[in-house]
Amino acid sequence: MNRIEVENLNGYFDDAHILKDINIKIPNNSVTALIGPSGCGKSTFIRTLNRMNDLISGFRHDGAVYLDGADIYDPKIDVVDLRKRIGMVFQKPNPFPKSIFDNVAYGLKVHGITEKDIIKERVEESLKAAALWDEVKEKLDKSAMGLSGGQQQRLCIARTIAIEPEVILMDEPCSALDPISTTKIEDLIHKLKNDYTIIIVTHNMQQATRVSKHTSFFLHGEIVESNLTERMFLEPEDKRTEDYITGRFG
Amino acid sequence: MNKKLGEYLIEKGLFITAIFSIIIILLIFAFVFREGLPIFQDFGVLNFIFGMEWAPSDGQFGVFTMIIGSLCITLLALIMAVPLSLLCAIFMAEIAPSGMRKILKPVIETLAGIPSVVYGFFGLIVMVPLIRVQFGGTGFSMLSASIILTVMILPTIISVSEDAMRSIPHEYKEASLALGATQWQTIKNVIFPASVPGIITAIILGMGRAIGETLAVIMVAGNVTQIPQSIMDPVRALTSNIALEMGYATGLHYNALFGTAVVLFIMIMVLLVIANYYHYKKKVVIGGGYL
Repeated sequence: MNRIEVENLNGYFDDAHILKDINIKIPNNSVTALIGPSGCGKSTFIRTLNRMNDLISGFRHDGAVYLDGADIYDPKIDVVDLRKRIGMVFQKPNPFPKSIFDNVAYGLKVHGITEKDIIKERVEESLKAAALWDEVKEKLDKSAMGLSGGQQQRLCIARTIAIEPEVILMDEPCSALDPISTTKIEDLIHKLKNDYTIIIVTHNMQQATRVSKHTSFFLHGEIVESNLTERMFLEPEDKRTEDYITGRFG
Repeated sequence: MNKKLGEYLIEKGLFITAIFSIIIILLIFAFVFREGLPIFQDFGVLNFIFGMEWAPSDGQFGVFTMIIGSLCITLLALIMAVPLSLLCAIFMAEIAPSGMRKILKPVIETLAGIPSVVYGFFGLIVMVPLIRVQFGGTGFSMLSASIILTVMILPTIISVSEDAMRSIPHEYKEASLALGATQWQTIKNVIFPASVPGIITAIILGMGRAIGETLAVIMVAGNVTQIPQSIMDPVRALTSNIALEMGYATGLHYNALFGTAVVLFIMIMVLLVIANYYHYKKKVVIGGGYL
């Protein structure tokens, strides 16, 4: 079953045509990687999936994005509710300048959960799910700014899963991290894929092969090729995909 | 060789211009303290600061009523200005479309550029009669002075706190919205708390401006040396005291006015030190050790 289906999506930033006729199906409870050189539109694309591009003046789109069969750009859709269902982890770890506990509790509080016991329980569950609990359980009331970059990124993942989304978008989540932290995040992605539909943008092709089941290759705002990850890297159908994954450009 | 000499001269020239303003401040500082010193020696520091009576012809030089006067009008002005400015700053930083912001910002900054005598004159002609008719009394009052000061410090507090809010990393806002928070939840829970140090700086700068304002206050405050019993009572500020009596003061009276300036100086210095402390504290880090 497909969690997200995108049909003929075009995106424009003022006059620039950034996303060209995107068609993609994202299957349930698996990891889909989006690869491609810088500036190919992959980040812009995932930001259309939780409507973060709505914040950017000058961005407009046509085409349709369906989440569980419902068009997310339907005027009747509540964007706040949509973003609760589609969580996002950003390129730069961006915890709030609050305590570790409050970072994870934030999403719960804005969604109206006030009972302290429930919040406490969910914070603990989320930090465990993000493989961070053991490192921070002694210092939940300390500022999140004191954590390392990798810990901050796992905290951001914990914060996202605390509100129990269906889909997690990850926009180059490891690009600011060292190799050890990257490994930890990748292990975490393997663990999370059983419960969540994950879309990960990466310019690291090894990472795509390590974590994803499906891969789509973006180039100049188009999807050149979508396939099972192992198929794409072993026998790419398109010459441009082959050139990219063999390192001839990008 | 010539090139080296040129570099040397430019470097020293820049140093001299930079040091020049510091020298001027030190000279003013030294002069004010020297001229004020006799009043502290002859009349006594505590008598001067805590004395209730200001009667130069009888040799009474207590400035306590004026310290209270200055603090009262400043405090009342802040009570009115802070909520107004913060709401305005939030609107400009987070809600106003960029076109509207481009109009609002220069208009608000223009408020800061209007000479204080114009505010004072407006207060004298419009505010004072209005308060006289509405609330009784002469109209020359703490309230009139505070309202005028409110308008005068609005631009300072608005623009400094707006800058503070706009300097909050965009990532925080995105993170909050991506978690499904509404715009107002994001402002209330993330942007506002993160900009508190900058907002405190803004308020203290506004406070400094209010305490230091002279002309507009003289024109509407009534300038009676008494502890005000209500906001309708006339008050005299420290600044007003100097400006009102400087023209004819001689002897110890003259020194007492400089003594007033010393008191004012110290009050403003304390505020600036606090403002600077928060200014440097407000730097926020994002991205942890790896960025």
